[in-house]
Amino acid sequence: MASHSPYEWKNPTVAWIDRRLPIFSMARADLVDYPTPKNLNYWWNFGSLAGIVLVIMIATGIFLAMQYTPHASLAFESVERIMRDVNYGWLMRYLHMNGASMFFIVVYIHIFRGLYYGSYKAPREILWIIGVFILLAMMATGFMGYVLPWGQMSFWGATVITNLFSAFPLVGSDIVTWLWGGFSVDNPTLNRFFALHYLLPFILFGLVFVHLWALHTVKSNNPLGIDVKGPQDTLPFTPYYTAKDMFGLGVFLIFYLFFVFFQPNFFGEPDNFIKANPLVTPAHIVPEWYFLPFYAILRAITFDLFWGLVPAKLLGVLAMFAAVLILALLPWLDRSPVRSARFRPIFKWVFWLFLANCLLLGYVGARPPEGINVYLGQAATAVYFLFFLVVLPLLSFIERPRPLPTSISTAVTPAGVGVSARGVAE
Amino acid sequence: MFGTFDRASAQRGWQVYEEVCHACHGLRFVAFRNLHALGFSTEQVEAIASRFEVQAGPNDEGEMFMTPAKAASHIPSPFANDQAARVANNGALPPDLSLITQARVGAADYVYAILTHYRDPAPEGFNLNSGMFYNEYFPGHQIGMPPPLSDDRVTYLDGTKATVSQMAHDVTTFLTWAAEPNMEQRKQLGITVLLFLIVLTGFLYALKRQIWSDVEH
Repeated sequence: MASHSPYEWKNPTVAWIDRRLPIFSMARADLVDYPTPKNLNYWWNFGSLAGIVLVIMIATGIFLAMQYTPHASLAFESVERIMRDVNYGWLMRYLHMNGASMFFIVVYIHIFRGLYYGSYKAPREILWIIGVFILLAMMATGFMGYVLPWGQMSFWGATVITNLFSAFPLVGSDIVTWLWGGFSVDNPTLNRFFALHYLLPFILFGLVFVHLWALHTVKSNNPLGIDVKGPQDTLPFTPYYTAKDMFGLGVFLIFYLFFVFFQPNFFGEPDNFIKANPLVTPAHIVPEWYFLPFYAILRAITFDLFWGLVPAKLLGVLAMFAAVLILALLPWLDRSPVRSARFRPIFKWVFWLFLANCLLLGYVGARPPEGINVYLGQAATAVYFLFFLVVLPLLSFIERPRPLPTSISTAVTPAGVGVSARGVAE
Repeated sequence: MFGTFDRASAQRGWQVYEEVCHACHGLRFVAFRNLHALGFSTEQVEAIASRFEVQAGPNDEGEMFMTPAKAASHIPSPFANDQAARVANNGALPPDLSLITQARVGAADYVYAILTHYRDPAPEGFNLNSGMFYNEYFPGHQIGMPPPLSDDRVTYLDGTKATVSQMAHDVTTFLTWAAEPNMEQRKQLGITVLLFLIVLTGFLYALKRQIWSDVEH
């Protein structure tokens, strides 16, 4: 990954291997010596947590796949068999089910941390864009995984989401038939979703590797958002951040396993305990909670454009995809040279309003699209896009950032407080 | 709702299921052997299983035949298929009860409420379709299931008085167990795991503090 300084390995076997394949030097450089800013706060724990959750998901998923049957007439039954007859099958499944929710909680916090501290700005644009691809891959994986138990919400969620592609003009319905492998969501759909659900996490793993490669090339951002000036600003990753990440992992596992053991169906839907039935549509079809803000944006567009040439459904689908993809443009929409919100008095407030707006979208996404919810969803959707397309570009012109500290070490050591401007060393 | 299952109540609930509910409702994910968990002995489980018939075969003549169920058998459903169930029930489909407490908003409370909130006659002005029954908790208030419980509908072996609310409570306990037989094991393991993690995390915090003690940050 990062450039390897030549290490002297005392153990002759290790030295022999390392001269031919520098895995020991690489591990040493990236896991031990990696120079990390000394002022990272606990919001920086969520990156490594996301990596650990991915490993937990792959591990539990492989065991589940050994017992699961991807067939429309057996999938629901095989999941119940895992829950009842397979030794600790219930544990594997609850870990996997709740792990999906935990993955999104952790990654959403990770993204908002990047947003607050300007981690997407130069030189970390590619690091950020890879992150957006990771989010997209996670969404595809999560969506297809939810289909596999073949409950009512699995089936109807898959029907609604795949049908979105029918909104595209001319080729729409052909795309949907192609996705389904037939003329409705059925056994071929379940089969391919299972195959892809098994494949995508490994692609995700590859993306995470590239994400870390880019990170270790440009190095970590920090809460002050200023560049590392020298070794006095950094600490070796091990033991300092390994110890901090281990403690964070402990806290996270308590949170995660509380749900697994005591509220395992908290994030689920009762309708998914009913086997898929193409003849009975549930009263309210809702996606998993982590899709709700995007679902609200999809449903917010209730009007045609250009005298019906662009129907509302197509607009909604485009808005939903744009809501994710616009994140990739963030490094160029936000022109402010200052990274951290700590020194951006207006952006700081805009950030919290944006976060609140995302939560509002999530709330609206969970409600039936009636009455006030429609207007709330439309207003929140407008705010979502205004934030990226208008507020952020304008803000870099009108906002006067506060003075930045000269270096991380002057800002974080007590002696340094007098050196930097008053109020800067938070 | 329950930390542990009330075994006596769940056993009575099984009796209610066997004598009342099973006439129309299946319990296809539960095997007779699972009933051990409610405190029934091996002999009792075998005696219960032998009261049911399951299809077996083919025999040497290539014919399928009916035979008394074994402990390993799953509880046979009362109808061969959904169509047969509908024909026998005035067009209504009695759902399988294996997961009923998890498949409804309100969980076990929903099941108890449905069983105890029939009203006859229906309120003034309510237009009840023929063959339907008024239930305060059922969505839309029209339910195809006739009131299944009435006082002393079953005779409990342990002498408990079989009131409607007692039977509803017992069968709800039983069905909650049937929906997730591993619930007790899950919660017990969970307490051990969380206590371990809390102690471990305390140590990890101390370790982090110790390692960072020489850094000004």
